[in-house]
Amino acid sequence: MDQRNFTFMFYGFAAAWAILALYVVSLVSRGRKLQDQLETLKRTLAQEKP
Amino acid sequence: MNDKLLLALGTASALFLVRNLYTMFLVLPDEAAQGAIYRIMFFHIPSWFTCFSCFFISGVISAYAIAKRNFKADSWSVSITEVGLAFTMIGLATGMIWAKVIWGIWWTWDPRLTWAFITALVYGGYLMMRNMIDDPSERLRLTGVLNVFAFVSVAITYKAIDWWRTQHPGPVLSFRTGGGNIDPAIESMIYQNWLALLMLAIVLVGLRFRQEETKREIEGLRRLAYAR
Repeated sequence: MDQRNFTFMFYGFAAAWAILALYVVSLVSRGRKLQDQLETLKRTLAQEKP
Repeated sequence: MNDKLLLALGTASALFLVRNLYTMFLVLPDEAAQGAIYRIMFFHIPSWFTCFSCFFISGVISAYAIAKRNFKADSWSVSITEVGLAFTMIGLATGMIWAKVIWGIWWTWDPRLTWAFITALVYGGYLMMRNMIDDPSERLRLTGVLNVFAFVSVAITYKAIDWWRTQHPGPVLSFRTGGGNIDPAIESMIYQNWLALLMLAIVLVGLRFRQEETKREIEGLRRLAYAR
């Protein structure tokens, strides 16, 4: 029981940190995509200026 | 939120979490009945407290955003809700792992668990709904109303262990029972880790808010491009 108990405790902590890490990774990747979109739009609008 | 503040808060929360992990594993002993697995509660309970705090604040800000037609408040509210949902997932996952050892099952449709699941679905739905509405004013109004009323499911989840006594353990923290149900050192650790997770949540909200502002800028520029 003790060994299994300890293993599942590890799973619990690992799950908590993994979810946080996944969220941070998704946050960073979405942030990059948004910055790219913004740059592209700004460039397009600047080129279209008469 | 400026970079320095976010960096300072992020560093403080990281240090606080490391110190908490040290206390959890090397200072506090195993619990008499549960053994080592009880330590999951140091993340499970604070994660739920963090997401409940996020959903409450987000609901209040959404109400303000609707009343004042304030788009910045709307950005804050979606950022806070999204971070709250990440902590909801931590609460659900850690709870399931604890349940597998203590109850022998990963999941049961007990009222507390069911309402926690409904809460996750409702807030997930709120975030999905935001992507389906193009008009910013409509988005603010419709999703804002949903966000305000979604807090009902949080309140029911919170009170479920008082109203229905089934599989999930009843209240143990002193502010709900009057004391005597939990070791003060364990309870103190729960609150300390809640504080650390709240600090981390603030940093994540700050980062997410910037993205929401960038999104609004992109929407504005797109409208400008189409108008030409």
